[in-house]
Amino acid sequence: MKHTISVLVENHSGVLSRITGLFSRRGFNIESLAVGPTNDPEVSRITIIADGDEHTVEQIEKQLNKLIEVIKVRTLQKDECFARELMMVKLNCPADKRSEIMTIAEMTEAKIVDVTLTTVTLEICARYNKLERFIEIVAPYGIIELVRTGTIAIQKGSESITAKK
Amino acid sequence: MKMKASQAMVECLKAENIKVVYGYPGAAICPFYDSLMDSGIRHVLVRHEANGGHEASGYARISGKPAVCIATSGPGAVNLITAIATAYADSIPIICITGQVNTDQIGSDVFQEADITGAAEPFVKHSYLVKDAADIPRVFKEAFYIAGTGRPGPVLIDVPMDVQRAEIDFDYPKSVDIRSYKPTTKGNAFQIKRVLSELEKASKPLICIGGGVFASNAQEEINELAHIMNIPVITTMMGISAFSDDDPLFFGMLGMHGVKSANTAVNECDVLFLVGARVGDRAVRTPLALEKTTKILHIDIDPAEIGKNIGADLPLVGDAKYVLRQMIEKAKPQQHDEWIAELNTYRQERVFEPAKAGTVNPRWFIDRLSRAMPDDTVVVADVGQNQIWTATGYHIGKGGRFMTSGGMGTMGYSLPAAIGAKMADPSRTVMAVCGDGSLQMCMMELATAVQHDVKVKVVVMTNNRLGMVRELQTKGYDGRETAVFLDGSPDFIKLAEAYGIKSCRVTDEKSAVEAVKLLRDYDGIALVEVIVDENAATL
Repeated sequence: MKHTISVLVENHSGVLSRITGLFSRRGFNIESLAVGPTNDPEVSRITIIADGDEHTVEQIEKQLNKLIEVIKVRTLQKDECFARELMMVKLNCPADKRSEIMTIAEMTEAKIVDVTLTTVTLEICARYNKLERFIEIVAPYGIIELVRTGTIAIQKGSESITAKK
Repeated sequence: MKMKASQAMVECLKAENIKVVYGYPGAAICPFYDSLMDSGIRHVLVRHEANGGHEASGYARISGKPAVCIATSGPGAVNLITAIATAYADSIPIICITGQVNTDQIGSDVFQEADITGAAEPFVKHSYLVKDAADIPRVFKEAFYIAGTGRPGPVLIDVPMDVQRAEIDFDYPKSVDIRSYKPTTKGNAFQIKRVLSELEKASKPLICIGGGVFASNAQEEINELAHIMNIPVITTMMGISAFSDDDPLFFGMLGMHGVKSANTAVNECDVLFLVGARVGDRAVRTPLALEKTTKILHIDIDPAEIGKNIGADLPLVGDAKYVLRQMIEKAKPQQHDEWIAELNTYRQERVFEPAKAGTVNPRWFIDRLSRAMPDDTVVVADVGQNQIWTATGYHIGKGGRFMTSGGMGTMGYSLPAAIGAKMADPSRTVMAVCGDGSLQMCMMELATAVQHDVKVKVVVMTNNRLGMVRELQTKGYDGRETAVFLDGSPDFIKLAEAYGIKSCRVTDEKSAVEAVKLLRDYDGIALVEVIVDENAATL
């Protein structure tokens, strides 16, 4: 089962390697990883999608908490958060296919970020599943290049995961 | 106050009341050594960095406070890793200070450069690569705090040469505040009530003590609680000597090499109260079966240990000393005479089979030795057959202490750890028990003991074999014994002589009497070689 784990860490060099090292040496699987600063420049937020049963996820949380630079760990349930990934896809696009692809972009809320005589580059930000479907739809045109970020997630409603000073 | 960062490092150690450090110099740590020279802190030149780490470990285990070891960059630092991993596995607080190449050279593979913070990462509680000399006071303060609090463990501080040479304004912080590190010490009152109520309801309760009891210095508390509630006690290997063997409530060490009374107790009890024990695979081979039949109550300061190896019905996070104190206040006397009587029937008399000519039965010798040595002797077992013979056969008197590399099983631990232990408390007799294999992994430290006149006692069990592996091959590999023959070993008596160490060899009961006298009475370093049958087994 997949779990979304939000981790607040001190923005020190080497923190990311401590976290990924912990996952590999304890045999936990990372499906995706996204790291970035928060509104507090001293704190970074890492979102990890990990695969494992309840016992594994409990151990992941506890072991992460043991790292000195980890400030907070929270596993987010699917229905309590918004999760997004950003993806950019470069497609084969001869002139006669442009309008078709534009329609797909419109229907899927993807953005056209670049066009050449033979290609088009689309950008889409959505949940993991929606991106998978999007890939299916555009694949027939010929994917030249595809790049996506890891998932980031935020809680619904007024609750928040923040670091106290 | 303005000073060199290397001087500041020394001031930090002084502020932490460090009297002894174990180290091995090299170019990258020379600025620090230069400042250390006139500091009044005693430097013990070890003969290998890993042993320096073990010496610090032995010192820390007896003093109860973080101890310091030092190595230079590159190979020096990398040599320390075994000691770091050993300390990590047994939760021993050591501070490892390593030199590093100049900041601007890091990453360019210069002479004696190794990414030690990266390499040691899996085995440290925390580590620092100091890039700004101004951070030194804070880093040292934090390092000692992190190493010694919560679940203790090794902390590494890697300091590049140019950082050591920089000038800083020194002011040692009075307190530490790490927002992401707040270990729980007191136990949750509600959980404590529930644990007590489960123990009261139990008809066959059992307490199992691990190394956490020493980390927390809770020997007195666990003794008190067990006696108030009249609950039988067993230990893991790391918990040995938290209870005296003379105590009627004590039923020995459990596990693969444990004693019958302890293992039967685990299988028969209805409530198992684990105190600072992580239920390692050598202690409980089938935790899943145990958690099905037995109610598990588990105290640990590290929440990650609760539920990791065995599911706990009642988890209780906290420092054993505090938690047990809280429990003692509320504990009511219980009666478990039948249960204790049942367990008493599983106690086995020690029967020693006669050994073949020219050898002695190792269990007999250990038993004999333990009854002759002072009660408060610190005995450090190495790893292998000698460890099991000592763990199960050394009779722990009141105030005695047993130590070993329990988690990592690091051969060559005993002698250096004994040196550290003896320096932490010179008033006690400290004795290393090792095999001829393990001694040869650390015998260079005999020179360290001689140089600094650290009066340790060494018992080496010679069977010319890597006995534990030999035994495994005999039983598990159809007797195909390979790579376990120690032919070519030196004459250990001559070796001791070469170091100027008093020694004798035990080949029969008569020479054993002389040897025990030497170990007990001689005011100096002594080495006793005990000749053991190559087929003597632990199981």
